[in-house]
Amino acid sequence: MRHSAFFLKPEVKDKNAAMVEWTEQERSIITNIFGNLDYEDVGSKALSRCLIVYPWTQRYFASFGNLYNAEAIKTNPNIAAHGTKVLHGLDRAVKNMDNIKATYAELSVLHSEKLHVDPDNFKLLADCLTIVIAAKLGSAFSPEIQATFQKFLAVVVSALGRQYH
Amino acid sequence: MSLTEKDKAAVKALWAKISKSADAIGADALSRMLLVYPQTKTYFSHWPDTKAGSEPVKKHGKKIMGGVGLAVSKIDDLAAGLLKLSELHAFKLRVDPANFKLLAHCLQVVIANMFPKDFTPEAHVACDKFLANVALALSEKYR
Repeated sequence: MRHSAFFLKPEVKDKNAAMVEWTEQERSIITNIFGNLDYEDVGSKALSRCLIVYPWTQRYFASFGNLYNAEAIKTNPNIAAHGTKVLHGLDRAVKNMDNIKATYAELSVLHSEKLHVDPDNFKLLADCLTIVIAAKLGSAFSPEIQATFQKFLAVVVSALGRQYH
Repeated sequence: MSLTEKDKAAVKALWAKISKSADAIGADALSRMLLVYPQTKTYFSHWPDTKAGSEPVKKHGKKIMGGVGLAVSKIDDLAAGLLKLSELHAFKLRVDPANFKLLAHCLQVVIANMFPKDFTPEAHVACDKFLANVALALSEKYR
């Protein structure tokens, strides 16, 4: 059965070679983090932090109500709900770690064609999420866990930007 | 994105809370940067060990935080206050300025990790602006 690989066209072989590799340890780190997460708490904190630290990201939320200052952003229920939605979206990547690119193809098109989100913003939100998780996990957020979490987010960010043209 | 008086006050307030742990913060942030962004190890090929807890990492983390503390004290004129460090980075170290962002991120991850109640979004935005301005001052003499 192995010898059939010799008959695969080069493009197909390269596609497999380009897939992201996850060790068993990395997989369990990611599933553990998300398995013990309060999606509403972390999601709302990450998104509101992003809007406060990088205020230009507010451009995508003009219809969400009062974003006038940090306090308003932190207590805005639309932002909280959306932060939760974003985190549940990340869940799909957690459940499909070997195929994040395909899993997010539609979401990527959505963010490009309909939402018109500059893909640079994905990284900003990812950084804020990392900060929120770091604050939450305390000493459990070791350098190795940070590295794995950031690798995961980098793959997600790349997949979300994939369908832009 | 220059620092407002409010930003400067927030940075000083945060520094007052975290400066006792400066050495630990510096060592932790540096070791995280070296692990999370392995390309940064290229600047430390002369070290036998880049792992967390190693002597060169602890020593250098302390040195970096000394620079951060200096920057806090010179927050009203970072370009002038960090002139010597700027010349060092420009003519001797020649660290690609993109890396300042990576270290700044790791510093803030560590501060959030060690001081979750103090590293509010308001403190975060002031700190992020401050570190960006420090990076600007450090790359002032690059070209």
